[in-house]
Amino acid sequence: MIFLLSQKVLDITKYIELVFTDYTLRTITLGTAILGAITGMLGSFAVLRKQSLLGDAISHAALPGIAIAFLITGAKDTNTLLVGALVSGLIGTFWIKSIVTKTHLKSDTALGLILSVFFGFGMLLLTFIQKQPNANQAGLDKYLFGQAATLVESDVWMMAIVTGLCLIVMLTFWKEFKILLFDADYTKTLGFNTRTIDVLITVFIVIAIVLGLQTVGVVLMSAMLLAPAAAARQWTNSLATMVFLAAIFGAFSGVFGTAISASQNNLSTGPVIVLVASVFVGFSFIFSPSRGLLFKQIRVIKNRRDLELHKTLAFMYHIAETHENISHPHTIKILNNFQGYTKNTLSKLVDKGYVELNGKMWSLTQDGFKTASNLYNQQNEINE
Amino acid sequence: MKKESKENIKHSSLSDETPTGAGTIAVKVDDLTVAYNYKPVLWDIDLEIPEGVLMAIVGPNGAGKSTLIKSILGILKPIAGSVTIYGKSYEKQRKLVAYVPQKGSVDWDFPTTALDVVMMGTYGSLGWIKRPGQKEKKAALEALEKVGMLAFQGRQISQLSGGQQQRIFLARALVQNASIYFMDEPFQGVDATTEIAIINILKELRKAGKTVIVVHHDLQTVPEYFDWVTFLNVKKIATGPVKDIFNDDNLTKTYGINYKVSIQE
Repeated sequence: MIFLLSQKVLDITKYIELVFTDYTLRTITLGTAILGAITGMLGSFAVLRKQSLLGDAISHAALPGIAIAFLITGAKDTNTLLVGALVSGLIGTFWIKSIVTKTHLKSDTALGLILSVFFGFGMLLLTFIQKQPNANQAGLDKYLFGQAATLVESDVWMMAIVTGLCLIVMLTFWKEFKILLFDADYTKTLGFNTRTIDVLITVFIVIAIVLGLQTVGVVLMSAMLLAPAAAARQWTNSLATMVFLAAIFGAFSGVFGTAISASQNNLSTGPVIVLVASVFVGFSFIFSPSRGLLFKQIRVIKNRRDLELHKTLAFMYHIAETHENISHPHTIKILNNFQGYTKNTLSKLVDKGYVELNGKMWSLTQDGFKTASNLYNQQNEINE
Repeated sequence: MKKESKENIKHSSLSDETPTGAGTIAVKVDDLTVAYNYKPVLWDIDLEIPEGVLMAIVGPNGAGKSTLIKSILGILKPIAGSVTIYGKSYEKQRKLVAYVPQKGSVDWDFPTTALDVVMMGTYGSLGWIKRPGQKEKKAALEALEKVGMLAFQGRQISQLSGGQQQRIFLARALVQNASIYFMDEPFQGVDATTEIAIINILKELRKAGKTVIVVHHDLQTVPEYFDWVTFLNVKKIATGPVKDIFNDDNLTKTYGINYKVSIQE
């Protein structure tokens, strides 16, 4: 057992060593970490604007752009293809926005429409390209699910620069972003051009998505945007902390995802990163102290138990009140009429020192009487 | 404490100092028509709101009450007509105007605190990029104190009751230190204590010479709370002092049914 464990530790240290020495692994780890950070950061804005699905639509809308860029240039240069993706992603996004403002259609319909139309067109172009007698055509379909292994140093530099830019813009317009996210109409009345802020946020979301296409791919990209943000929301009630945490969660999803995929027979990196991110989400949903399911449930149970206890104690108080000596013993049978009473609650009251048992008789202690009278007064205050 | 504030309302009864409407016009609306798609929501509204009134806008659901406010504030684009604030366009006068939107128009689960929301009231005078500092924080704390929410400054906004959320919105408008206040149903879903607290603040604003315009639903309280009223149902039915025009005739015209309101002595 200990041997196995130490073996594992050795593996991990060996892996960490590799991350720093091996060029490919280092590039991929850095790339996915930066990608996770920027998508987590911007994803917070998308989630808080209730535009979670926008990311999905944008990433799917980018596909025809990749295909068209290839058709025009005939080259498979990543940057060229991503510029194509950026253009068609932006076109898709602004079509969605104008559909929502100019027609009766709701935003979910507009998102679904643009997503499927663009994706369908993109797939059509991909199959068309595959039938071309061009030796260069193979491998475009890697943009569907991404292929982290194709990341090179210049890609990582590109991601780092965009992330830095995004950070500067976010810090500069932090106040404007925040108020727009919370209350857009009010922001307008204060004299801010909400369209400008909106365009700024949206353009950055599109850029972040396009950057991730090579690594995570069209289909899974929206998870990178949503999962870290959804997880981060569980742990904090401050926007700044949420954005920061989402960036951290995103970055760690990238690092862990790469590590798992590299150490387990080269599992496809993109899906593994997304799964790691969703583990963050699951963990946060359950274990967050204030919003998590577990502690919520514990609080519910504890409150219910306390109430049961208080009900029984209040009932006893009413009986004891009628006697001059508050510790006058009464038979346990009286309590059977009372619904809050169980053997369990009685023994708990004894544990707390509120009640003393003597055979089939119970009596309130001084302490119990005092606690009960406090409860009773509180109850009356609430009713008043 | 509670009893005291109830008495305050009676004492500060407005009937003896009702404005005549002859003074300066704070807000002027000309031929305003607004439509969502093809259906007109507001039809050819002419409205003059005199400075210093505490005015209720009443009318049935879908009468365009919120739309009227939003059009005046430039949130919605009218298809015709114009709005002026003290004779100039809203864009030029926006620092004179504060707005309290409907409580339900925002997501209260947004990760922020009560103080932070109130601070947003200072963003307009700060303009782009500049961050709020100590001065703004002090103003926000003062506003929180005015609405009795100072103790809740650090509270996450989702953990506030409906009435407390409404007070936070009011405080955010107070921070703007405006001359004209537009409020969209500030009494919706609040308890009696909050309602009294809010109306007292509105009356204080009026006493300080501010103009307050409130979308209001509870017809029973119109004579008690307001000195000016506008009846609206897509078209403007009537506007003027409550004591002159708040009668069964106008209520019937606005609400379409034979409406009898029992005005308590």
